[in-house]
Amino acid sequence: MAGELGHFALILALLFALAGAVAPHIGAVRNDATLMAFADRSVLAQFLMAVTAFAALTYAFVTSDFSVVNVATNSHTLKPMLYKISGVWGNHEGSLLFWVLILTLFGALVSWRGRKLPLRFRSRVLAVQSLLVLGFLMFILFTSNPFLRLDPAPLEGNGLNPLLQDPGLAFHPPMLYLGYVGLSVAFSFAVAALIEGEVTPLWARWVRPWALLAWVFLTGGIALGSWWAYYELGWGGWWFWDPVENASFMPWLAAAALLHSAIVVEKRDALKSWTILLAIVAFSLSLLGTFLVRSGVITSVHAFATDPARGIFILAFLAVVVGGSLVLYAWRAPKLAPSGLFGIVSRESALVVNNIFLSTFAAVVLVGTLYPLFVEAFGAGQITVGPPFFEYAAAVLMSPLIVALGLGPVLAWKRGNISRAMQVAFPALVVAAVAGLVLVWQNAGGVVMTAFGLGLAVWLITSVFLEIAARIKLFRAPAKALTGLGKITRAQWGMSLAHAGVGVILLGITISEAFTSEELVVMAPGDTVDVAGYSFTFEGVAPVAGPNFTAVRGFFTVREGERVITSLTPEDRVYSNPAMNTTEAAIHPLFSGDLYAVVGEATGAGRWSVRLYFKPMISALWLGALMMMIGGILSLSDRRLRVGSPTGKKTAAQAGEGASA
Amino acid sequence: MMKYLSAFCLILTMSLGALSVAVDEKPLADPVKEAQARELMKEIRCLVCQNQSIEDSNAELARDLRAIVRERIALGDSPDNVRAYLVDRYGDWVLLRPPVKTSTYFLWASPFLVVLIIALLLINRNRQAAAPAPLSDAEKEQLKALLEREP
Repeated sequence: MAGELGHFALILALLFALAGAVAPHIGAVRNDATLMAFADRSVLAQFLMAVTAFAALTYAFVTSDFSVVNVATNSHTLKPMLYKISGVWGNHEGSLLFWVLILTLFGALVSWRGRKLPLRFRSRVLAVQSLLVLGFLMFILFTSNPFLRLDPAPLEGNGLNPLLQDPGLAFHPPMLYLGYVGLSVAFSFAVAALIEGEVTPLWARWVRPWALLAWVFLTGGIALGSWWAYYELGWGGWWFWDPVENASFMPWLAAAALLHSAIVVEKRDALKSWTILLAIVAFSLSLLGTFLVRSGVITSVHAFATDPARGIFILAFLAVVVGGSLVLYAWRAPKLAPSGLFGIVSRESALVVNNIFLSTFAAVVLVGTLYPLFVEAFGAGQITVGPPFFEYAAAVLMSPLIVALGLGPVLAWKRGNISRAMQVAFPALVVAAVAGLVLVWQNAGGVVMTAFGLGLAVWLITSVFLEIAARIKLFRAPAKALTGLGKITRAQWGMSLAHAGVGVILLGITISEAFTSEELVVMAPGDTVDVAGYSFTFEGVAPVAGPNFTAVRGFFTVREGERVITSLTPEDRVYSNPAMNTTEAAIHPLFSGDLYAVVGEATGAGRWSVRLYFKPMISALWLGALMMMIGGILSLSDRRLRVGSPTGKKTAAQAGEGASA
Repeated sequence: MMKYLSAFCLILTMSLGALSVAVDEKPLADPVKEAQARELMKEIRCLVCQNQSIEDSNAELARDLRAIVRERIALGDSPDNVRAYLVDRYGDWVLLRPPVKTSTYFLWASPFLVVLIIALLLINRNRQAAAPAPLSDAEKEQLKALLEREP
């Protein structure tokens, strides 16, 4: 019954989306306020229908209703409740329904938060959003219906891929989807602006919070995914440049570029057509990311299902959305003449540099991800584009970006003075150089990249502090510095925190890559192995039974000298439905790094193969990501960024300009 | 900042010289050669895994390939020779670092090419904006009239 209700709700949502995608445009052309206002009602109705459908599917999963094919294929009665629920979006059909749910949620949010937007513009935005909903609903109903029935219903389901049964992964997809789909709002705003033929600084102020929100979620989603890889895959690696990871990284880069270019539009009324293009590209990359992993072109744990009919639909949908919006762009964008001017040395120019490198990196990641397909298609053999290539690209493109990132915030708007900026940033350069040199001196040879990475990280973090110090005139008028601290806006704190986060991540990457200690050994109970000054004593193993798995749990006591630090209990699990073996690493974070243990196979005579690591400063990765997220949220909570807030443009401009003067 | 630095120096002194190896696999006696071999392993794809290097993988095949790499290096082959040997057997696909050749020129050049294209695109567009549009004939007349008018 719930299944039919959900199915019916989806069909209704499709009809609302169809009407909502067409009527507002007619209204805008005819200047008919009623038709335009229909957009608001339509997105609300779509949202309610999507909620109904999603609730119906969730109900089917929770009650293990195996007469629904989707539930029978992806669930199991013995699965813990958390994974029954996360199983709703842990499969192809369900994840698409989840996409639609969020897409309609964002539509409803734009309608609700955007009351102050001009009706005509808002209705255009919502109509574009409805068109996207329509496309997704057609895809679901025609090729990937989650509500299809199975007769007779099986007594038991097939279960969920055990790798996905993990708290990290229960929340990783929703976060990522909120990010992917959040970019749809920027896309809809861009397309609506192209149709209307006008981009104003006000437009940038409307669109920026949405892009920022999406970026915060993408950051969280990617960080969760990488954390999951770190503790679940058992190699201690956290980023593999896997096509699927790249698929989430590209929109993140584009969204980061978009956030920054929107600032230039808002402040200087320049970079308009570029910003529109970025908004289109960022969402297109999200779509590509969503579909790339499902098209069967690329196989990985994320590729839920493959089916040629879906592939064709996906290609057609991508062609319509990406191709259509780009054609519209080519046609309308030349009209968007920039009016503002800025000097070559200015904050705006630094933001342009930011955009050049971020978007180039996104493009190069795309090239690297798809290159093997092209080479094969042209009959030039099979190649692998692996981590060494992406690391090379990252080094080439991110180093200048980080140098600019340290310098940018201390440059003045419009017309900056490089020597004055250097006065502020110079100490950071010195600190960075010293940090790099110390390292080379301590461990001569073979560590140039490490020294370089460390130098960049230190440069960035130091310059963030120096920028704050310069802003509050810490060195020129220390007595008044404290009051200056109070004057810093949330948006500025957010910027500093997010930028420092980049530095912290770089620090974590550089140090953990260069100085991880690893022991891959066979141990008998009572054996002790020394890893980076910590002694791991193997106490033995015990069998464990979980709700839907059995496991061998290893026990390790870790000591530093005589002092017991912690005990680690990694597991080697065997899931029953489907049968699969997974490793659960045991991790104990210390300030200086993570103690990491994995238990492997029995090698006979009571001996077990184990992997033990000490990973210095690896927590800096997640800490940095968290700093970026909090930075984004701080900036979002800044009053002047809120859509429709009554703050005049003048005060906003003053706040920004005054800060950098 | 100092906290980071001191923690960092601490780690540095602790972790130097800690190189590890699987027990069932004998490391090479010469530490220079062993380091060479392990560096190379990171760039060889485990052919039966998804996107893993043989250094990361427990698969049988990865184990065999590790043994081959060590053996070759021990016999005095340079890393390039070993790579060539593996490519001979398995094709370019085995290399995680795609070789520089005609079909990959574009790939390796892409960071530089794309950065150039996007930079030109962005800077050019804003240059255009920076240069005010030339005056039309009517405007020139108007300007002339204004300039010639005595106050």
